[in-house]
Amino acid sequence: MAKFIKENKGELPQMNTSSLPDIVFIILMFFMVCTSMRQTETKVRVRTPQASEIAKLDRKDLATYIYIGTPSQQYQKEYGTDSRIQLNDVICKDNNDLSSIRDFIAAEREKISEADRPFMQVNIKADQDTRMGIITDVKQELRRCSALKIMYGARKGGVQK
Amino acid sequence: MAKKKVPEINGSSMADIAFIALIFFLMVTTMDKEEGIARQLPPIPPEDQKVENQEVNRRNIIQVKINANDRLLAGSQPMDVSQLKDKIKEFMTNPYDDPSLPEKEVKDVKGIGPVPVSKGVISLQNDRGTTYQAYITVQNELVKAINELRDDFSMKTFGKKYSKLTEEQQESVREAVPQRISEAEPKDVRKK
Repeated sequence: MAKFIKENKGELPQMNTSSLPDIVFIILMFFMVCTSMRQTETKVRVRTPQASEIAKLDRKDLATYIYIGTPSQQYQKEYGTDSRIQLNDVICKDNNDLSSIRDFIAAEREKISEADRPFMQVNIKADQDTRMGIITDVKQELRRCSALKIMYGARKGGVQK
Repeated sequence: MAKKKVPEINGSSMADIAFIALIFFLMVTTMDKEEGIARQLPPIPPEDQKVENQEVNRRNIIQVKINANDRLLAGSQPMDVSQLKDKIKEFMTNPYDDPSLPEKEVKDVKGIGPVPVSKGVISLQNDRGTTYQAYITVQNELVKAINELRDDFSMKTFGKKYSKLTEEQQESVREAVPQRISEAEPKDVRKK
């Protein structure tokens, strides 16, 4: 007993932190499993509409993304506050000139292996307040480049009226 | 022989390394799930194609229109989105063989046998000013109506819900309860 008292000297014992790395590693594993790599930086603000009958994307590697929404704060000076189309990392200069979509789709199609090309899916991620005009234009352009499999990005939720 | 003591590796910086890795993953990854409503666009018709075979019997088409104020018109009557699902279900099943609702064709579906299959087509039209949320809501109602019909059908024939069926059974159900949603060529409905 006397030995114990000598060691303590009235100080608080130090907390044992040897399990801290394990805990952090578990959190790390969780994030690695549950998240996916960010491919592009979204420069337009997109809040996808709510829907209840949504299906999961089956093949992520075959998906191409088109973002439509109002430019976020730091790009508003350059692009205004109207809805804009973003392909890869650039916001389209002109909403009426959709030829860049064609190039974009062609480039994306090149990236996919030949056998999988018919299954390519274009994921349209548009903001819920976007007007359908611009989306219809995009859809027409996609039809013209025969990228016919599309998906309207939506999030799960009760449908509002 | 006395055992030589191996010096222990100092593990106190392990936590810091793990934290840095954790922060890296927090920065470069996103958590948003890739979900949505999948659709197939119709191919662009060749320019020399004549528009003769597009004449479908009028009773087989239901027009669903959304205007710029997000108001809905189904068939010929204005309605709320909440009513649309039942309207579509009635249209697709035609329970009392109403002559104004779509005709049915008895088809031999693989694995089930002869089934009356509706010839109904839903034609969806929207204005350029419709909001995307309204459009998706309507699309969602259409999908929901079809999904419920498929569930009903598979309950009747297989005694199970559609999602619990095997791949082949699902295919037969899909054939028996087809999802025919045509997104019409865009029209400018605005008044000029």
